[in-house]
Amino acid sequence: MINSLLWTPLVFGFIGLLLPRRYAGWWATLGTAVTLGLAISMVIGFNSGAGLQDTVDVNWIPGLGVDYSLGVDGLNVFLILLTTVLWVAGTAFAAFREQERPHLFFLMMLLGETATLGSFLAQDLLLFVLFFDLMLVPFYFLFGAWGTAPEEGKTAVAATLKMIVYTLIGSLLMLVAAIATAIISAQDGGHLTFSIAELAKHPIGEGSQRWIFWFFAAAFLVKMPAFLLHGWMPDAYRAAPLPALAVFSGVLAKVGAYGFLRVVLPLFPAATVEFQEVILVIALASILYGSVMAFTQTNVRLIAGYSSVAQLGFITAGIFALSADGSDGAVLQMVNHGLVVAPLFVIVAILAERSGSEDLREMGGMAMKAPVLAALFLIVTLATLAMPGSANFVGEFYILNGLFDSKIVFAFVAISGVAMSAYYALRLYQRTMHNRKPAGLESREINLRDGIVLAPLVLCILGLALYPQLILKRTDDAVQARVSAVEEQPQPVTSLAKR
Amino acid sequence: MNFNAPHIDYAALSPVLALTVGLCVVLLSGVFKPLKRAAPGLTLITLATTAGLLIWRWDNPQDLVSGALRLDDLAISISLIAILTAGFAVLLSIREPATEEAGSGEYHALLIGSVLGMVLLAQAQNLVTFFVAIETLSIPLYILCATNLRREKSLESGLKYLIVGSLGSATLLYGMAFVYGGSGSTDFAGIAHGIAQKGVLGDPLILVGIGMTAVGLAFKTSIAPFHQWTPDVYEGAPSPITGFMAVATKAAAFAVFIRFFDVALAPQIDDWQPALAVLAAISILVGNVGALGQDSLKRLLGYSGVAQAGYILGGLVVASEDGVNAIVFYLAAYAFMNLAAFAVVIARERETIFGDHIDSVRGLGAERPQLAWPLTISMLGLAGLPATAGFIGKLYLIEALVEGDYTWLAVFIAVGTMISLAYYLRVVAAMWMRPGGEPAATPAIAGASPEADPIDPDAGRRLYLVGPALLAAAATIFFGVIPQPLVEFAQHAGASLF
Repeated sequence: MINSLLWTPLVFGFIGLLLPRRYAGWWATLGTAVTLGLAISMVIGFNSGAGLQDTVDVNWIPGLGVDYSLGVDGLNVFLILLTTVLWVAGTAFAAFREQERPHLFFLMMLLGETATLGSFLAQDLLLFVLFFDLMLVPFYFLFGAWGTAPEEGKTAVAATLKMIVYTLIGSLLMLVAAIATAIISAQDGGHLTFSIAELAKHPIGEGSQRWIFWFFAAAFLVKMPAFLLHGWMPDAYRAAPLPALAVFSGVLAKVGAYGFLRVVLPLFPAATVEFQEVILVIALASILYGSVMAFTQTNVRLIAGYSSVAQLGFITAGIFALSADGSDGAVLQMVNHGLVVAPLFVIVAILAERSGSEDLREMGGMAMKAPVLAALFLIVTLATLAMPGSANFVGEFYILNGLFDSKIVFAFVAISGVAMSAYYALRLYQRTMHNRKPAGLESREINLRDGIVLAPLVLCILGLALYPQLILKRTDDAVQARVSAVEEQPQPVTSLAKR
Repeated sequence: MNFNAPHIDYAALSPVLALTVGLCVVLLSGVFKPLKRAAPGLTLITLATTAGLLIWRWDNPQDLVSGALRLDDLAISISLIAILTAGFAVLLSIREPATEEAGSGEYHALLIGSVLGMVLLAQAQNLVTFFVAIETLSIPLYILCATNLRREKSLESGLKYLIVGSLGSATLLYGMAFVYGGSGSTDFAGIAHGIAQKGVLGDPLILVGIGMTAVGLAFKTSIAPFHQWTPDVYEGAPSPITGFMAVATKAAAFAVFIRFFDVALAPQIDDWQPALAVLAAISILVGNVGALGQDSLKRLLGYSGVAQAGYILGGLVVASEDGVNAIVFYLAAYAFMNLAAFAVVIARERETIFGDHIDSVRGLGAERPQLAWPLTISMLGLAGLPATAGFIGKLYLIEALVEGDYTWLAVFIAVGTMISLAYYLRVVAAMWMRPGGEPAATPAIAGASPEADPIDPDAGRRLYLVGPALLAAAATIFFGVIPQPLVEFAQHAGASLF
């Protein structure tokens, strides 16, 4: 079951190479749809009290202590669902449009899905690192080969290379750190294993935890991206083809946040407590910087991109509140943000097709002739700014609640991010949909094919708004387990802000 | 009179004998006209026989020739890597101008001669066999580098390799003399015994000797700062020879490197370990930075080879069983990755006017996917991305390094890999992505002229080029996904030493 979920996309991708070009896109969409079906049946069969389930555990490289072990628990079950949902949308959106070299494009899309699912499912530290790195390969091709020049004098290839180098800096250090974790743990007696559950039973010494923590944090913070490590983001976001960017921004950024919950908290509890405030400062800086940049940019992709920086800052803050509420909210918010940002990029693509530009200054007044598009966009916008009633509101509420409980000073700063998100989200909506229509802009209603892609995503947002407990109820147990490992740690004496 | 003939273990010597016989047969085949076309086939038969004999001796370590050689699993695994590479080189040499110009029989006989040197070197147990073997492998290579008689670059490459290689050999020999003088023995075991009392640092004679031996070996394995010859020689030599040299020489030299340092000098590890670790770090840095601006694919692979040698040296530094396993695994993976790349470079060299310039692979993804995929896989593998044998190899090396308390060197490997992405991915981008600028208007490739290198517009479809490329690429992926067989192969090698 879990194996077929993981490998279905890739198998479909390879079979797709044999089909005629015009069917490649639909075949790939079918593949993602089948994967979605598998994911849904997995969620239905999910037992929230049972901990890790559906496990697969095979000795993969006994000589090196690496296992092929996968499993589902409350932490990843909805991220997997999110991945499969967004991939159907992204692939279908791409299939509706003419692609150059469609075989390769869709193979890479599907390889990307398998790699992403793998990094969510992996229960072996090294397998996680492997899939984490593997995610880069398809997106390197997608961004580089199908991308557009981000600006005059820059090429998509250069922008992509920058992204790869940035992200791999973290990933390779993470590889060293992962191996070091296993070996140090084995030195205290016991055999060499990379199993996350096994390693979590006996955390390594505090001295080693310190540097290993930062190697992992580097990988995850670059991926999100967090403030100061986001240098690759503006160019890569402007270069990327939009269907790929929708899934990239919607899911891959979350793998970083997920990594903190899956790996860092249980394996390095002492270092987590020690560096809690440093990470919180980075998270808050991301919120502030991302928000400020989002309301000064005029490129619609960058507005969405910087808003992601801010949102992921929130998620990180929630995780490093180191309380159950904060982490619950973080998981919920990961799903929420994925569901919001992917349609946002789809809308960006639709807007760009109509105005021939991605500049906010050349858009406006589109709502007049396109009420349905405007309505869908409005729902996405309101979710982005965490309107009460939306699941994003619940997520942010949980995060802030957790943060208030542990670090009240940080919570006050984080609240300003909520206010700022309203500004940039509404600014984006108003400038594109209202205002005066510039000359030469063709305002058209959303067509059926884009509607088919967009409407289900918006329905997911609405559904989750009505019933966020769907996620909260199932993640709570898993999150509790993660946080409890940290809570047993003694608090450092030099605490900046304590209750 | 009582005369006792020494006992000769013909079974264990059979691989060496097979190579020697094969060498003579192939050389003579060049003389007889009807057999002229048979040289590649005969070479492949010789190599296959030798490989078969080696596999037959697997897991059955034996001391030979009164302790001068030792056929253990390390020797066998390294020999198999060298033979595999040679086999690929034979296929890639089909229709290579160099083989015609130098004479097919001679060319292939020299190739076998070099393999013979490698097989001996991998078994060497004393300084004499060590030196004889390293010369046996080097001298044919000096000639082979210059076999492309009509290309100035090839002649230059042969001469350069001869001079620098001789310098390396001389350094090595000088060092050996010091080691002998200091320890009173030529035997690795005897040297270890002789040093044991005073230690490496206690006796200046020994210190100088071991230092110079290490430098000599660093020349052969192209470890920085003794790598300067590598890019020039790689660029000028006929490409199949470059591919062979890059992998097989490195493998054989590392085998004796392991025997000398990790076994004979193991008790003095604290004295030499930091020095070699620094050497590895320098090599990683120099190789990766040097490769950045290269437009010639062969030079790029040459510099990348310098960096890879640095990674491999890391496994030697820790002098553990895991370290040796990691080296053997990495060498095998490196063989597949490099051969895939060279097969594609050779195909494009014959197919386009760009020689080995990076422009020769521009747009390859659309034009010749059967070549673009192997080169892509090879580049991703050399860069150490997952699902390739290169990733597992790095994983193995890093595991050995962390276990041996050389985590800083492991971090160095990670940093080096990061730098390396910039040039490996440049090749991938040239194949698959929109060209960043206009391709060079004129094929400004020094030394290449249409008369010297006839264009074969179908080279990209020839089975003897595409086949090896696809095979090596498939092996790279296979051992990246199912590495256990190769891990076990490598573990045998390590277990035979410790």
